[in-house]
Amino acid sequence: MDPHRHLDDELSSLRDRVLLLGGEAEQALERAMYALTERDSEVARDVLDHDDRVDHLEVEIDRQCIDIIALRQPAARDLRFVISVAKMAPVLERIADHACNIARAALDLNNEPELKSVLGLGRMADHALKMLRSALDAFTSGDAIVAREIIKSDTEINDLYNHTFHRLIELMVTEPATATRDARLLFVAKHLERIGDYVTDICELTVYMAEAAFIKHSN
Amino acid sequence: MPVQVEAPRIQTRDQRPASASGTEVRDKTKVAVKDLNFFYGRTQALHNISLEIPERIVMAFIGPSGCGKSTFLRTLNRMNDVIPATRVAGQVLIDDRDIYAPGTDVVELRRRVGMVFQKSNPFPKSIFENVAYGLRINRVTSSSSELAGRVEEALKDAALWNEVKDRLKTSALSLSGGQQQRLCIARALAIRPEVLLMDEPASALDPIATSKIEELIFDLKKQYTIVIVTHNMQQAARVSDTTAFFLLGKLIEVNTTEKMFTAPNEKLTEDYITGRFG
Repeated sequence: MDPHRHLDDELSSLRDRVLLLGGEAEQALERAMYALTERDSEVARDVLDHDDRVDHLEVEIDRQCIDIIALRQPAARDLRFVISVAKMAPVLERIADHACNIARAALDLNNEPELKSVLGLGRMADHALKMLRSALDAFTSGDAIVAREIIKSDTEINDLYNHTFHRLIELMVTEPATATRDARLLFVAKHLERIGDYVTDICELTVYMAEAAFIKHSN
Repeated sequence: MPVQVEAPRIQTRDQRPASASGTEVRDKTKVAVKDLNFFYGRTQALHNISLEIPERIVMAFIGPSGCGKSTFLRTLNRMNDVIPATRVAGQVLIDDRDIYAPGTDVVELRRRVGMVFQKSNPFPKSIFENVAYGLRINRVTSSSSELAGRVEEALKDAALWNEVKDRLKTSALSLSGGQQQRLCIARALAIRPEVLLMDEPASALDPIATSKIEELIFDLKKQYTIVIVTHNMQQAARVSDTTAFFLLGKLIEVNTTEKMFTAPNEKLTEDYITGRFG
């Protein structure tokens, strides 16, 4: 009998749960952007309703990490995995929170005339989603090389944000009548930019998990 | 294949300057082991061990049963000499002097390198006499007041004084298991050793007594170089600055304890630390 089977089972269950949370965050973002670009308020409300499940999952993961540390006293790679998950869960929950904020913006904007500038946010959202999916894949496979590549790609989302920011400011100046709606889109852009930062955090945790290297704040 | 470690230099977790001026860094090597091999008859128990133990740190030896960690510990004060048909090759240098060199005074060596065993072994004498015993046979003290002072000092160093100061003449066998073990530590400390070897000193104790021993070890390292063998990896993590992992008589890895328990260099170490060994 493998005396370590119980810990392996618990680590495996923890991995499943954090990936489930990652999937929820990913879906929340995808659906919030759909609600915004397709002007579908029903979907936006669904994203908001679903947030309780995300919060619940985060708490479950917190508890499971504490239980494993207290009862199993993991060390070395097991410890790094549990610590990474414990730090990753709130990051994923915050990504889902940003998705909820985008859904709220969609609910407001969907009651107003359509803005063409909404479409400009699509590229940002696509990139944020791609980063998030790749980051979760890299975490699953413990691939620090891919995680580092994803971190580098955050500059792309930052560039898109700067471009979108200036474009929306221009629109506010040239078409003051749409300024309130443009301001809402500015917030959406900021949410997407922050999601890029959070994905970077996830990748830094993957590098720590795989290589025991602290790369946070290392520029 | 296990990786042979070439007498690594250890950066301890608190390498503070030893002097107020901050110029002297506390990393002097107290014990240096070079290419040590040890045999029980024809059976080789230790293979080419090389290791340096800096002064005034706690180094833990970990590894599965039969890996040679206790055998290695006992080579550091020649306790294996008392076992028939054993043979040692290589060098163990304490302060740069080989303890296996011809002419070494083994009694003097064991005064400098004290030992505490797994099972507490107080003499069937009073608490006072247990601690005074080593001082008397070594003729360390010249007066009864000096003797009493040294006994008190040792009992204080072993964090036992407050519990026994009013009953020094009662039998040591009346003490609890944890107190008996601390008494044995006091007995070892009384003759002011430079190195203290501990072979699973808390394995027979309850959590509270274990905690007291661990706190004691933490305090003692300010004055002594301590080497502890333990099966309890969490204990190694709690009390030691550096940890050495042994397997099948070989030293697989020696590293700072933080590194050992979060990101060991060797896969064999990682497998053992995470319980996936074997």
